[in-house]
Amino acid sequence: MKRKVISRVKLSSKVIILGIWLLFMVFPLYWMILTSLKPKNDIFKFPLEYLPERISFENYANIFAISKFHVYIGNSLLVSLLSAFIVIIISILSSYVLARFTFRGSRQIMSGFFLTQMIPMFIGFGPLYSIMSQLNLLNKQGSLVLMYSVLLIPFCTLMLKGFFQRIPSSLEEAAMIDGCSRLGGLIRIILPVMKPGISATFIFAFVQNWNELFLAIMFIDREEAKTIPVAMNSFITKFDIDWGAMSAATVLSVIPTMILFALCQRLIVQGLTDGAVKG
Amino acid sequence: MNNTGVRKPRLSRTAAFILFCLLPALIPVVVLTYFPIFKGIIMAFQNYSLFNLNDIRFIGFDNFKTVLQDPNLPTIMQNTVLWVFISLILQFAIGFVLSLLLYQKFPGRGVYQGLIYYSWAMSGFLIGIIWRWMFNGQIGVINDLLLKMGLISERIGFLSDPKWAMFSVIVANIWYGVAFFAIMLTAAMQSIPEELFEAADMDGANGLQKMLHVIIPYILPTIITTTALRVIWIFNFPDIIYAMTNGGPANSTHILSTFMLDKIVFGGDYGLAGAIGVISIVLLLLYTLFYLFATKASKAGDF
Repeated sequence: MKRKVISRVKLSSKVIILGIWLLFMVFPLYWMILTSLKPKNDIFKFPLEYLPERISFENYANIFAISKFHVYIGNSLLVSLLSAFIVIIISILSSYVLARFTFRGSRQIMSGFFLTQMIPMFIGFGPLYSIMSQLNLLNKQGSLVLMYSVLLIPFCTLMLKGFFQRIPSSLEEAAMIDGCSRLGGLIRIILPVMKPGISATFIFAFVQNWNELFLAIMFIDREEAKTIPVAMNSFITKFDIDWGAMSAATVLSVIPTMILFALCQRLIVQGLTDGAVKG
Repeated sequence: MNNTGVRKPRLSRTAAFILFCLLPALIPVVVLTYFPIFKGIIMAFQNYSLFNLNDIRFIGFDNFKTVLQDPNLPTIMQNTVLWVFISLILQFAIGFVLSLLLYQKFPGRGVYQGLIYYSWAMSGFLIGIIWRWMFNGQIGVINDLLLKMGLISERIGFLSDPKWAMFSVIVANIWYGVAFFAIMLTAAMQSIPEELFEAADMDGANGLQKMLHVIIPYILPTIITTTALRVIWIFNFPDIIYAMTNGGPANSTHILSTFMLDKIVFGGDYGLAGAIGVISIVLLLLYTLFYLFATKASKAGDF
């Protein structure tokens, strides 16, 4: 009898804790979406409305009217996809080698990659600005494609290495006995098995690029080359923030990453736990 | 096997393959990550301002003196410590409780995890914007809710009052970072072998005893690595503060990384920013050494 009561108390306290945390996590996004769907005048109306009363897409129409938001979306997509693609190709090669061979310097390379995750990268921003200016890449999307690819190589290599280590090396050895070259074995035998890990890493890289702000602020000041974060940054540095437009822009910029994240949450989590904990 | 004539070319072919695979990763990282960092460190000892590029020269430790004499520095250091450790402790504590509740399967767990982990897919900048809106002093929903619950009698200027601003940005950071610990610790708890729990059950252990004697010892390595990494990461994370207050009001929410960011992206003073960067790196190094030492010492104390 007593046991039953205890387990019921336990269960209900568990449900309550999980419920409170769920509310705390979901509410901010709910509030942003709700704000974005309110007609402009309702946003500042008291008492605050906690449920959608009059849904309007005014703020969404507005954001495309007052800024070149379609251009920013295009730039963000271009920069994020292209550099995620580049970094994945580079990191597949490097992580495969680091997962399969031990050679002089391999440990140092791993520590060198790991170290880049620890050093505050801002210290290199000044020199990077000069380099971009010498390469004539300032105010061009190319500067971001280049830098985003490079900055993610270490982390993506560490992440993919974890996925490679789960695949027995007997797989490509068998292929090599059958006359396949190492590269051929990697491309034809290993990559198909690695598809989930590669997609998770690709999506991780895409989301990182999609979200990046400070390099983009430094390199890009021309409307036609701005990504979404740079544009949103210029909205908030204005004296008076238009919260209707701001909430719509936030929702538009969060949605793609959330969909991608939901699609492969389990795999990204797996890749992260492997990459970050086991090193 | 001893036929070197056959072995040698095979070895060098492997070496060539390794080089072919590694160079595309190594060259860019050296040229566009390590070289700029190295140059940034040198700039810390130079008079190097974007607005006066004709007067670049070595000035010894002058930049460091300027930083150390900055009247805001005590506040900045204090904020950095608060920002890092309060965020870390609460992120970890909440993440730990959640993973205790989540590591065993129950119907709907996957959906629940999706709903509480999504903050991880968002950028610090957007999270800052969302919380800036919610913490708004006039129309913010947090003030409205607190008034409704009768917890406050007049609106608080969460982001405009220096007494509250640091608190507010830390709340946003906790909201963001719990997911990381929940994810990592849940994964670690799920890898605990079932036999350990069975043995604890046979010994008649209760929930608390199981946590102290089975779960925590087993996931201790994960706890040590994740907290160590997280401290460094939170230290280097200016995004939320930048979006919510940009260091204001009256410099009351600057931490070292937002201070450096301010000098570099908006001030164009690479020399000064470099000095702050070097100070940050030194602090991180000291922290890492201390952490390694402390965790080693505590492990040694167990036996």
